[in-house]
Amino acid sequence: MTEPKPGFSLKSLAGGTHAFPAGGPSLVVFVKEDCETCNTAAPVIEAFHRAYGEKLQVLMPSQSGEASALFAARHSLTFPVLDDTGCKTSFDWDIEIVPSVFWLNPDGSLQQHFEGFVRAEWQALSAEIAASLSLPQAQIDWDALPAWRPGCGSRHLYPEIFARLSAEANGELLRARRIEIGEADDVAEFMFDQGFSDGLPLVPPTPERVLRMLGGTHRAPQDLIAVVPPNMGEATTEKVAINAVMAGCKPEYMPVLIAALEAVCTDAFNIHGVTATTMGAAPVIVVNGPIRDRIGMNKGLGALGSGNRANATIGRALRLIVGNVGGGKPGGVERSTLGNPMKYTMCFAENEERSPWPPLHVERGFNKDDSVVTVFAMTGGPVHIVDQESREPRQVAGSIGLGLEGVFLPKLRNLPVDALLVVCPEHIDTLMSQGHYTKAELRARIQEVTSRPLSEMVASDTSGAGIPKATAEKMGAEKLRASAPKFAGEEYIHIVVAGSDAGKFSSAFHGWATGEIGSQSVSRKIDLG
Amino acid sequence: MTTILDPTDERKPVARQITARSGTLSGTIGLLDIRKPRGNVLLDELERQIRAAAPDVTVKRFTKPTFTKPCPDDIRRDIAAQVDYLVEALAD
Repeated sequence: MTEPKPGFSLKSLAGGTHAFPAGGPSLVVFVKEDCETCNTAAPVIEAFHRAYGEKLQVLMPSQSGEASALFAARHSLTFPVLDDTGCKTSFDWDIEIVPSVFWLNPDGSLQQHFEGFVRAEWQALSAEIAASLSLPQAQIDWDALPAWRPGCGSRHLYPEIFARLSAEANGELLRARRIEIGEADDVAEFMFDQGFSDGLPLVPPTPERVLRMLGGTHRAPQDLIAVVPPNMGEATTEKVAINAVMAGCKPEYMPVLIAALEAVCTDAFNIHGVTATTMGAAPVIVVNGPIRDRIGMNKGLGALGSGNRANATIGRALRLIVGNVGGGKPGGVERSTLGNPMKYTMCFAENEERSPWPPLHVERGFNKDDSVVTVFAMTGGPVHIVDQESREPRQVAGSIGLGLEGVFLPKLRNLPVDALLVVCPEHIDTLMSQGHYTKAELRARIQEVTSRPLSEMVASDTSGAGIPKATAEKMGAEKLRASAPKFAGEEYIHIVVAGSDAGKFSSAFHGWATGEIGSQSVSRKIDLG
Repeated sequence: MTTILDPTDERKPVARQITARSGTLSGTIGLLDIRKPRGNVLLDELERQIRAAAPDVTVKRFTKPTFTKPCPDDIRRDIAAQVDYLVEALAD
C-alpha cells in the first residue's frame, strides 16, 4: 500500500468545496485548458463519471483559472472541475505532466497513476474501475480516439510559479525576518532607506530568490557560516544567500562567497580592523582552481573590472554581508578617511593558464585541482606599472620593482606590508624570453631595485616621514649608508597572473598593516559539497 | 505587496513604512493643534479647504495643552478612537 496522496479542499467552478479524500474511491485528473491532450481526455473522463459516478468520486483540478470554465463548457462536464489556479495542489502532488490521472483508494492511497493519453492505459483503467465497482463498463468509442498523445508540462512547473510554491512549501527553512513592503513604497527606495545598500541599487531578496540562491550550496540554511565583526552578527547560510541575492549573485557563486566570508572572518584576516581603519582597507579576493571557469569568472581581459557578473557580485556580496550582518557601515565602525572603490567590490580569478608559475593556491599548499579563495587586505590599487619598452627579463622585472615604490610612500622602505602584484601576460612573455624566470627571482629583483641607503629615509624638509632626525643622528653616517629594500621580506610580495594578451601593463594592490595586529592573507578551500 | 527577507542581524527594527494610499478622501480627519502660535490659523484654513474639497469628510479638532510636552495619553486615545487620519501642525 502506498502513502496516501496529500489531502486537499478546493472550490469547484460552481462554487462548492470538494475535499479529498472523501471516504470512497476516487479518480483525480489534473488538467489545463490549453493542453490538447487534456481536451482529448476530457470526454473520456466525463464518460467515466456517467458510468461510475455514483460509486466513484471524479475530481478534476484545473490549472487554468478563468479558462477552466471554457474547458468544462466545451466538454459539457458534469463532475466538479476544481480551481487549482495557484497550482498548490499540483505542486503538493508533485505531478509533471497533464493530464495526470490518479485512481485512488478510499483512504487516499494510490491504486494507479499515469500521464498523457495512451489509449490502452485509459481503456484498461476503465475496465479495472468497472470490475472493482461491479458496474458495466463506460460506453466509449475507443477506436475514435488517438492511440497515443503526449501530455503537456504541468503549469506549476513554470519557473515563476514553481519558485513561489517552493518558497511557500519551504517557508520553514527560512527564518529571517520577513519585511512586507507596502504598495505605496518603492522596493528599491525602501531598501536604500533601510540602509541595506552599499550605495548602488539592490536586487530585492524575496523568499523565492533566496531559496533559489540556497540551491547553490549544500550548506543548510541555518548553518552558521561565520560570526561577522564588528557587531559579531551571525551569518547563517540564509543570511549569506539574502545578501548574495541583493548583490546580484547567481546560486553557483555561493560556495565561493561562503569560503571568502569564512576567510575574512578569521582572526588572522581581522575584518574588524580592515573595516574600521581610517586608512581605508578592503578585502581583495583572488579565486584559483576549476571553479573559476565553472562559474564564468573573468581572469583575462579586464579581469580587475568591470563587466563580469561573478567577479563583480561575489566581491560586492561579501561587502554587503560585512555591512548588513556585521554592522560595519561607513560613519559607524567603518571610519575610512577617504574610502576606496574596492569597498564596493574587488574579486578576480588568476589566469593560471597564462602563468608559467605555480598558481597562488598551489604556492600556498593546495592541490592544483582544488578551488580556493585567497583574501588580502588592501588599501590601494590596482596601481598600474607601465613598461612598454623593456625587452630584457631583468629590465621588466626592474620596472615592476620600481612600480612598487609607491606602496605607502616612495620614501618608506623595509615595510612589513603586503603587496599583491598582478603580472600581465605580455610582461610574463618578456620575463620568460630568455628561459624560465622564477617568482623567487622576480621577488629578489624587486627587492634589489628598490634598495636605497637608509639616509634617504631620514625626515627632511621635503618630507617629514621616515626616520626621525634625532634617531638618524644616533644611528650615525655609517649605519645610514646601509641599504634597505622596499619590503621587510620577500614573503610580503604576492604574485599572480591575470589579464589579456595585449598590453604591457601590470598592476599592484598596496597592503594595509600586515601581521598579527593588522591583517594576514588567508586562503580557504572552496567546499563544493 | 512585496515580501523581502531581512539581510541584517535583525538587532534594529525595520523603519516604519508609508500607509497604503486609497486614492480617495473619506472618513474622519483629525487636526491637532499643538498650541504653537498661529498653528490654529493654519489648521483653520486647512479645515476650510478640506470641507470645500471633500464635503463628505468629517473633520475633528484636537488641541494639546502645551507644545512643550508630549501629548497626554487621554488625548492620544481620543484621537485614535475618533479619526482615521491625523494632521498635526508642528511648528510656527
